[in-house]
Amino acid sequence: MLKFDHVSKVYKGGKKAVNDLTLEFEKGEFICFIGPSGCGKTTTMKMINRLIEPTEGSIYINGENIMDKDPVQLRREIGYVIQQIGLLPHMNIQENISLVLKLLKWPEEKRRARALELLDLVDLTPDYLEKFPHELSGGQQQRIGVLRALAADQPLILMDEPFGALDPITRDSLQEEFKKLQKKLNKTIVFVTHDMDEALKLADRIVIMRDGQLVQCDTPDEILRNPADEFVEEFIGKDRLVQARPNIQTVEQIMNPKPITVTGERFLTEAIQIMKEKRVDSLLVVNEFNVLQGYIDVELIDQKRKKATKVSDIVEPVTTVEAGTLVRDTIRSILKKGMKYVPVVDHQQRLIGIVTRANLVDIVYDSIWGEDEITA
Amino acid sequence: MESLIQFFSQYGSEMLVKTWEHLYISLIAVGLGILIAVPLGVALTRVPKVADFVMGLLGIIQTVPSFAILAFFIPLLGVGKVPAIVALFFYAVLPILRNTYTGVNGVKKSLLEAGRGMGMTGWEQVRYVEIPLAIPVIMAGIRLTTVYLIGWATLASYIGAGGLGDYIFSGMSLYQTEFILAGAIPVTLLALLTDLLLGKVENWVTPTGLKKLKEAA
Repeated sequence: MLKFDHVSKVYKGGKKAVNDLTLEFEKGEFICFIGPSGCGKTTTMKMINRLIEPTEGSIYINGENIMDKDPVQLRREIGYVIQQIGLLPHMNIQENISLVLKLLKWPEEKRRARALELLDLVDLTPDYLEKFPHELSGGQQQRIGVLRALAADQPLILMDEPFGALDPITRDSLQEEFKKLQKKLNKTIVFVTHDMDEALKLADRIVIMRDGQLVQCDTPDEILRNPADEFVEEFIGKDRLVQARPNIQTVEQIMNPKPITVTGERFLTEAIQIMKEKRVDSLLVVNEFNVLQGYIDVELIDQKRKKATKVSDIVEPVTTVEAGTLVRDTIRSILKKGMKYVPVVDHQQRLIGIVTRANLVDIVYDSIWGEDEITA
Repeated sequence: MESLIQFFSQYGSEMLVKTWEHLYISLIAVGLGILIAVPLGVALTRVPKVADFVMGLLGIIQTVPSFAILAFFIPLLGVGKVPAIVALFFYAVLPILRNTYTGVNGVKKSLLEAGRGMGMTGWEQVRYVEIPLAIPVIMAGIRLTTVYLIGWATLASYIGAGGLGDYIFSGMSLYQTEFILAGAIPVTLLALLTDLLLGKVENWVTPTGLKKLKEAA
């Protein structure tokens, strides 16, 4: 679908922005270009629609050399989304979405119908067509920016840090929404970002660049498992590498298999006895079949000991993970939600273990001191 | 009061002719100014180095007194309406040009990049992006210029172009106050009315989105 053949870009003054890049992508692939600023990722992207012309080498789209095409024609066949969104403030949403269609001389009714159809893709109601960009939130504006790039059903879409200017929550939801949309519409996406989390989340393949050179081009999993060199390792960050340790895949492998438990019919006084003996501040509550009921901790006991006598009277529900969950995801939820521990259950809600923050310490310790365990 | 009625009965129809002369001298000059300055202003944004030079040059021309400019065209074009219109046109070009240049230059670069990335030709960028967004600034230049030119057109009578300036000059040389007023008052009214009218035009050509944006801000 998209092919770079020994492409270089030398700017006036001899600065080599892109050096001998050779890459090939399939239709429907989501490709993220990533690297520190000035690495040539944006230049590479802009060469695809000839906003920047390559100095050497050729770029092919579906086997056709882009230099043989009229640049205006070429750009109309490629979607383009920029970080600053770039909606025209004097046009309403319908006019903005269907701008490329206007350039392609579609009649008005067809443009309106297409705009409506697209608006539906991002769950915006038809009344948005008459609104103006400044009346929309940043997230909504960029949704329109994305729709504008989809209007003429372009098979290839270029995106230059499209979610970079949005707040983290909006960014998260737009990323998810867009990934779904891309799969549904089977578009080929070239996506430039400097945010590794974003690349890992969205990309089918990640192209890592530095100083105009290609450093590594692989799937997110492969990059996490086998970073090409120290630069890539550094760029990914230790914490993400830890999460991707190949020999620690699922939670069972790192969990503590003997969590301290108590059954519901025990008295609170007994529970506090167990806590004291085992030196813990909370207990997981299970029934006689070892099915997890929830948890109690010292604060709960302290608050309610006047009214309650049994553990089952004060038990609180607890967030769990199921056996087989990837360690990567578990760590994320522990860290993000600020939980102290996560019980591990099987598919019948039977307690089989617990992952605590101490387990995380083990993993980080191993990754720093026990490098031999991470067989690259 | 009586003298006023007498004045009107004597000069009323002539005044209408002079007012009409005055108006069309000014408007033709402004019209030509728009025709030249707006495209030139857009073109200059494409070549910033040349733009600085041209702006500087026109700035110098602007400092030449209007009387001198009028006089300057006598040996070239003789007397009458044509040299007057040409001189006024020179005066109209600079403010319109400067405002067009500033307005178009002020359009966000990201919008132009978005346009280019979507596959707009150079002309489509001007037509769909730059002109609509610069319209408020361009119109401000046109309004200002028109009001000035209606004032300056008074001087044009000195080189035989006619217009309401005739009354003012003869009033001054004959010490006839009513003649001066018969020139000055219509000129003022003309300027005010034209500005009002152009205000309506401005409102009409400004895209709805920009008006709403201004209201929201």
